[in-house]
Amino acid sequence: MQPLPWEAARPGLDAGDLAPEALLRMAREHLEREEPTLGALQQLLPEGGGAWARAAHRRLRAGERGGLLGLPFVVKDNFALAGHPMGCGSRILEGYRPPFTATVVGRLLEAGAVPIASARMDEFAMGSSGEYCAGGATRNPWDPSRVPGGSSSGPAVAVAADYVPFALGSDTGGSVRLPAGFCGVSGLRPTFGVLSRWGIAAMASSLDQAGPIARSAVLLAEALHAMAGRDSLDILSVDLPRRDALKDLGPARLRGLRVGLPKEYLGPGVHPGIRERVQEAMSSLAGEGADIVELSLPSTEFSIETYYLLCTSEVSSNMSRYDGMRFGRRVGGEGPRSVAAHTRDAGFGAEVKRRILLGSFCLSRGYYDAFYLRAQKARTLIRQDFDRALRIVDVLAGPISPTPPFRLGEKTRDPLEMYLADIFTVGPALAGLPCVSLPAGLADGLPVGLQFIARSLEDVFLLELAHAFQQITSHHKLRPGGAS
Amino acid sequence: MKITREEVLHCAELACLRLREEEIEGLRQDMERLLSQAERLGQLSLDDVPPWVQGLPVDPGLRPDRVQSTFSQAEALGNAPESAQGHFVVPRVL
Repeated sequence: MQPLPWEAARPGLDAGDLAPEALLRMAREHLEREEPTLGALQQLLPEGGGAWARAAHRRLRAGERGGLLGLPFVVKDNFALAGHPMGCGSRILEGYRPPFTATVVGRLLEAGAVPIASARMDEFAMGSSGEYCAGGATRNPWDPSRVPGGSSSGPAVAVAADYVPFALGSDTGGSVRLPAGFCGVSGLRPTFGVLSRWGIAAMASSLDQAGPIARSAVLLAEALHAMAGRDSLDILSVDLPRRDALKDLGPARLRGLRVGLPKEYLGPGVHPGIRERVQEAMSSLAGEGADIVELSLPSTEFSIETYYLLCTSEVSSNMSRYDGMRFGRRVGGEGPRSVAAHTRDAGFGAEVKRRILLGSFCLSRGYYDAFYLRAQKARTLIRQDFDRALRIVDVLAGPISPTPPFRLGEKTRDPLEMYLADIFTVGPALAGLPCVSLPAGLADGLPVGLQFIARSLEDVFLLELAHAFQQITSHHKLRPGGAS
Repeated sequence: MKITREEVLHCAELACLRLREEEIEGLRQDMERLLSQAERLGQLSLDDVPPWVQGLPVDPGLRPDRVQSTFSQAEALGNAPESAQGHFVVPRVL
């Protein structure tokens, strides 16, 4: 795989040596070679995004510089872009073209970024492997017999395989960070509320957050800068403190920084190679003067159960809109209820059905208190646990996943095994905290992701820390096949 | 925790989900396994813990009321599986 020189794209565009249209052509030629193996994309936009590239070129000619202007990106298939197909990795939305654009997508377009394609995902963002996609499974560019992680499988692979310099994904319980970790790229889940959810197909509304994926923390910061900020269309959206510092991101000061390493994050179930990479990362930080503090995060032990009870409950509610009446496909039957039931049977895949059923059970009479309410209380404990830890330290660190990327088909038979892949990513999502996945080297030749978790609304500091880490390490420059 | 075939079918009915015969037993086993695992939450001391309400770090307040246009009728109907005379056509209810 011959990587495209995305690191040179920004200076090239600003110097006038590169045109956005040329970047688009290069991206297109490259992805056409790789797609038959990887299957990261759902659909190319008309002319591969050419109209947006020409618009960016006009702005460059008029003297605008920097940021995302002229840089191509792909969008996970659960974000609306007015007039273009939005399938959410499902059969049930066949033919659907939203009449509106998601707020965060609109803000990327205003910044001059150039969308080239929608990217594949697990159906309605339910999955940890990228295998539950009606369009077909996506494969990991480091080893195509392995999964790329999900549910933002296509966006992560599009960045890891150098189709584009950055991508837009969504993270409900780990869906940006896990695929970023499995594919050796960087992925951010901001504080809940920092990015508007408007125009993203809702999966679990109290958890859903958009998040960028890129090779470097600097580019994550550019994307966050473009997208962050209150949106009147999402009542649960807030402004991001210190947003301006995301332009020309500086590194955090590591001397004296207190980094917490929860002992539960390096327990016996963690692959030894992953444990070593995390410990090496801690040594690198300590070498720059950071204090590594071992502590305990006992809520880790019950975070998966809490997550899947709440997530599936919200799923069962959010999925009720897909009934074949106002949009999407409709399958015949007698009367509206029968039509809806047939439509949902034909349109939903196995994991979506499983979650709807489990969520309906948790919310049903007689079980609500024992499951849903109990999980809501456990969620409070999880938040309190993180708050306690983040009073002792400035940031928490650990692996993104207990195992390296697994083989296709390895976990699809056992939903609990699949859910456990998210054991380190669901906690901060339930607590609503900002967290980032960064490449930390390889184990058995496969990428290892390192996670940092910060206090609420300290997203800018989190990216400054990520940038500092990427200044003292070079893991984020590693590419499949050994090129850097 | 035991989950019966009838409970699976009851949830499917609540969720307006038609299940094929060959799916039912697998889904029953999955639900049983996941709910049994989730019963571990019963070991936590939760009596004095308030349930989570919403996750915002600050109160965003309310947006100002503003009159603005939204979708046209044609846009709203643009994705309908079936429409006629400016309406969604749905299966006969009565």
